[in-house]
Amino acid sequence: MSDTLIGFGARQRTRPALRVSGRAVAVRLRRFLSPVLLVVAWQIACSSGVLSTRLVASPAQIVTTGWSLLHDGTLPTNLSVSLIRAVSGLAIALVVGVSLALMSGLSRVGEDLIDAPLQILRTLPALALVPLFILWFGIGETPKVLLVALGATFPIYLNLHKGIRAIDPKLLEMARTLGLSRGRTIREVILPGALPDLLVGLRFAVGISWLMLVVAEQVNADSGIGHMMMDAEDFLRTDIILVGLFIYGLLGLASDQIVRFLETNLLAWRPSYRAVGRTS
Amino acid sequence: MSDVRRAPSGATAGQAVIVEGLTKRFGNGPAVLDRLDLAIAPGEFVALLGHSGSGKSTLLRTLCGLDDVTEGTVSRPSEVSVVFQESRLLPWKRVWQNVVLGQDGADRRARAEAVLREVGLGHRIDAWPLTLSGGEAQRAALARALVREPAFLLLDEPFAALDALTRLKMQQLVSDLWVRHRCAVLLVTHDVDEALLLADRAVVLERGRIRTDLPITLDRPRRHADPTFERLRATLLESLGVHDA
Repeated sequence: MSDTLIGFGARQRTRPALRVSGRAVAVRLRRFLSPVLLVVAWQIACSSGVLSTRLVASPAQIVTTGWSLLHDGTLPTNLSVSLIRAVSGLAIALVVGVSLALMSGLSRVGEDLIDAPLQILRTLPALALVPLFILWFGIGETPKVLLVALGATFPIYLNLHKGIRAIDPKLLEMARTLGLSRGRTIREVILPGALPDLLVGLRFAVGISWLMLVVAEQVNADSGIGHMMMDAEDFLRTDIILVGLFIYGLLGLASDQIVRFLETNLLAWRPSYRAVGRTS
Repeated sequence: MSDVRRAPSGATAGQAVIVEGLTKRFGNGPAVLDRLDLAIAPGEFVALLGHSGSGKSTLLRTLCGLDDVTEGTVSRPSEVSVVFQESRLLPWKRVWQNVVLGQDGADRRARAEAVLREVGLGHRIDAWPLTLSGGEAQRAALARALVREPAFLLLDEPFAALDALTRLKMQQLVSDLWVRHRCAVLLVTHDVDEALLLADRAVVLERGRIRTDLPITLDRPRRHADPTFERLRATLLESLGVHDA
């Protein structure tokens, strides 16, 4: 980000700076060069018939299909269904993960009771529970949301628990010498101190929830982006499948940005985040 | 904690702090503190010296209530503040919020502002602690101790991690603050000169007992070149086992 800013300011002033800005622009363009070339090559391969559209649709076709899916409402409908599943699963994971981490992080009894079973469950691949979830919860929304929640709970629990346990004992001693009550110590010292770890956990959880959602929607669903893609498979519509992939990519990117935004704002006290906030 | 009597400031026999027969051991090891007796008068500035492992830190931790009293008695005022070697500021709270941490009342910010100005940190009220220099962070820690208006102030090697020039400034600051607030002070230090510059009395601890209890009757401000200063310095170094030529 910073090199363009420098280049932009400099361009208006002097000739040597013009060269600098020219080079900076060239460097940035070079970064885009290879993806653009790949897409062009892809298009040429499809148009000339080297690549069969039954294997992979052409970029132009993908754009057209994306546009029509957007207009006939297929994409918005399925996207909102997927979003609701992911967000509600993540919300459940946040509540459960944070509560469990608080209980086991703040009391020895809690740790003995909660930590061991969670550490055991964590080693199970959550996706292996799909058949069991379908037996238990049927094929409605419940198993899908719960699958997302299950996968996302662990990173939140593990990171927050670690964060609480890793609070500097010197700060806790200081709180004692200041006469802070237990409740106040938790509120003012322990929770803010563990927040960076919670946000790391949240970032992992967001990534995992998309993964869980993809599987849940492809195994058994009548709506959602995953269902849209599975449906397209039956009709050899590689263009729709690729639109779905593209949407998944965008969703992952967007949710990562949201967590980054949270980090920059909630952790303003950390020098690294402040520096990032200043230059961008 | 049951043995700690909370004396109203300076009540018991005119002393702010009274330690009697304090013994402390970890596990079955030798006593870290061995039947220790110590009294500090209200407003008295006592420097506590000793080698590592002499029991200084254990005594300090007991006096500020971090460690329990198991043998002997400790009586101290209820308003005790501590400044540690590290500032121990919460990085996620601004400087002024750190100063009044745990304090209630609508005038919190005003009180923080006043005491921060007193320690020369009036311009960093809203700063994040991680942006402070070592000296500034210790000033903030001092402000946090003073805002509670302690009757007894514990300083645990508060300048040990600072550079020499900053240390001189901080010693001057502590001296000024003590003149103004007149609380009893226990300064744990390794620095004999620091003890002689600041304290009314220097106590040398050795294997959990008081080896030397030396009154420092020099007038303030004190000069290193003063012959009495030199003499006291030699005495203290001698009792610390350092023989100055």
